[in-house]
Amino acid sequence: MKPFRRVTARAAVLDRADVDTDQIIPKQFLKRIERTGYGEFLFFDWMKRPDFELRRPEYADAGILLAGRNFGSGSSREHAAWALQDYGFEVIIAPSFGDIFHTNCLKIGLVPVVLPAEAVETLMHAVSGGESLTVDLEAQQVSGPGDLVVPFEFEPFARESLLQGLDDIALTLKREETITAYERSHAAPVDTTALPV
Amino acid sequence: MPPQTLFDRIWTSHLVVEPDDEPALLYVDLHLIHEVTSPQAFEGLRLAGRRVRRPDLSVATMDHNVPTEDGPITDPLARRQLDALRENCGEFGVPLYATGSGREGIVHVIGPELGISQPGMTIVCGDSHTSTHGAFGALAFGIGTSEVEHVLATQTLPQRRPKRMRVTFEGELPPGVAAKDMILAAIGQAGISGGVGYVVEYDGPAIRTLSMESRMTVCNMSIEWGARAGMIAPDDTTFAYMEGRPGAPAGADWERALDHWRSLATDPDATFERDLSVDVSSLAPQVTWGTNPEMVVPVHGEVPDPADYDDPAERDAVERALTYMGLAPRTKIEDISIDRVFIGSCTNARIEDLRTAAAVVAGKHVHPSVRALVVPGSAGVKRQAEEEGLDKIFTTAGFEWRRAGCSMCLGMNPDILQPGERCASTSNRNFEGRQGAGGRTHLVSPALAAAAALAGHFVDPQAVGKAA
Repeated sequence: MKPFRRVTARAAVLDRADVDTDQIIPKQFLKRIERTGYGEFLFFDWMKRPDFELRRPEYADAGILLAGRNFGSGSSREHAAWALQDYGFEVIIAPSFGDIFHTNCLKIGLVPVVLPAEAVETLMHAVSGGESLTVDLEAQQVSGPGDLVVPFEFEPFARESLLQGLDDIALTLKREETITAYERSHAAPVDTTALPV
Repeated sequence: MPPQTLFDRIWTSHLVVEPDDEPALLYVDLHLIHEVTSPQAFEGLRLAGRRVRRPDLSVATMDHNVPTEDGPITDPLARRQLDALRENCGEFGVPLYATGSGREGIVHVIGPELGISQPGMTIVCGDSHTSTHGAFGALAFGIGTSEVEHVLATQTLPQRRPKRMRVTFEGELPPGVAAKDMILAAIGQAGISGGVGYVVEYDGPAIRTLSMESRMTVCNMSIEWGARAGMIAPDDTTFAYMEGRPGAPAGADWERALDHWRSLATDPDATFERDLSVDVSSLAPQVTWGTNPEMVVPVHGEVPDPADYDDPAERDAVERALTYMGLAPRTKIEDISIDRVFIGSCTNARIEDLRTAAAVVAGKHVHPSVRALVVPGSAGVKRQAEEEGLDKIFTTAGFEWRRAGCSMCLGMNPDILQPGERCASTSNRNFEGRQGAGGRTHLVSPALAAAAALAGHFVDPQAVGKAA
């Protein structure tokens, strides 16, 4: 995972609640076996509508997405996070996220920032003319036009992982002995290799 | 020791390590795998030169994009993904129930069927409906592909401890009202993000009288209100379902397992961060009218009017949903005509669901303007239904009888809605385009789906019974 410290980029506004992962990346694009190339299918059906927010020309190079509450609810498809990242987003700011989607973002280095609904609204107003924001994960703050500064909370371990771009599988594998010790003291309840075929 | 919940006991007994400044590392007892969310994870292992740590705690099946009609797979992308699963399972030694093996099916149907979804276990799968297995008193939840790779490589997952919520279903369920109606009503009450951050334990008299199939329906939809997992403490109903299944313990092991499983229940004085209560004694069959599962009303009710909402954001959401669904405000649910019926999915494609639907349609015929589909949840369910003659009841009534798979629940295979088509579906998600771009999904119970297939519009299944 690529380390992330801060980004300054134009912020796109998608002011809707409960945007589910079926909208972010519809099912017909989940048949690919690669991790890349999903950006062109982002919000595939909504993108067909001329009035869809993300089609605004000034959002073409947006790197930050401001979204409504419960963004990324629904399916576990990591393809949703891949598509947003591949499209060019590095940060998503919302009042809340779907649980699995939030984890998926952290795992791939797409930074999910949770802010109170009022703060997200303030930011949405501040960038209504296509302005840029700076999201600084190290300083844990979003800054914008004028002297707008909004601090945010971030779970310390997840923050450190993003800042350093850590591979969490490698981290867990360092605990090999502990895992083996756990396995020795806990009999496995099933053996799938012994099932009838 | 302070009083413990079912969740607490499973969590604690699966902690590999719990560092102060990092997430806990949780051991995974069973990893279920399917073709859609695993190829990139296996590829990650290959690139890093890693192996699957415990193939013996993993099992794979093909479900999401398999066609449910006989004949070869014509979609080259779907075929490539299924081939990739076969190759990956072969290379890494993971047992696979491939299409045509006779034991394949929807991943959340075959786990319980094989007897490998057991009380007290931790179960994960790259699929949000993994919560289904919580019906056995397991901690079961969906994960993303990066986490799938993590579990393949380490058999563990870093996890933050979630909060606990209890949902108590009070009262006795009226006849003709099903588990699906219970969970839809609960989601309507709590809202689709009401469960975010929680593991939910479902309990109460109305849960205790449910069969295992029905309990799975309830737990299945935990993710539809954002919960990390849903679970039900095991009891004699659970044990009776499990006994004799291929993966269940046998002989002296069975007795030992029973002792362990009986000890898992939540202590009477244990507390939850949140407690919710749903009274089901006057519950009516439920029908969703909008584009998420919280948008639900009783079958005798009507579609809401955006004008009744004060909050502009809510009003917008209702308006947008009604526009997508092609419905006018205050339309009576029973006046809504349907084009398609889908009985299937990991929510409602087990044998009990098919028996219930068959009882409604026996001796009657599907409405001429409706095309109706029954898709068993697994090859095993299909076999059993055919032994019981259910397939004949359905086909005689004008239903199509298909092979096992996820089918029209998510439209990743040839079973999809055409734009504008309206479907009464026993699946779990009514999101825009879920069953096909422009398709309109109404979530209902198997009995209501069957009744709607006959009537051509939504109707209380009890009324169909009386008319006959």
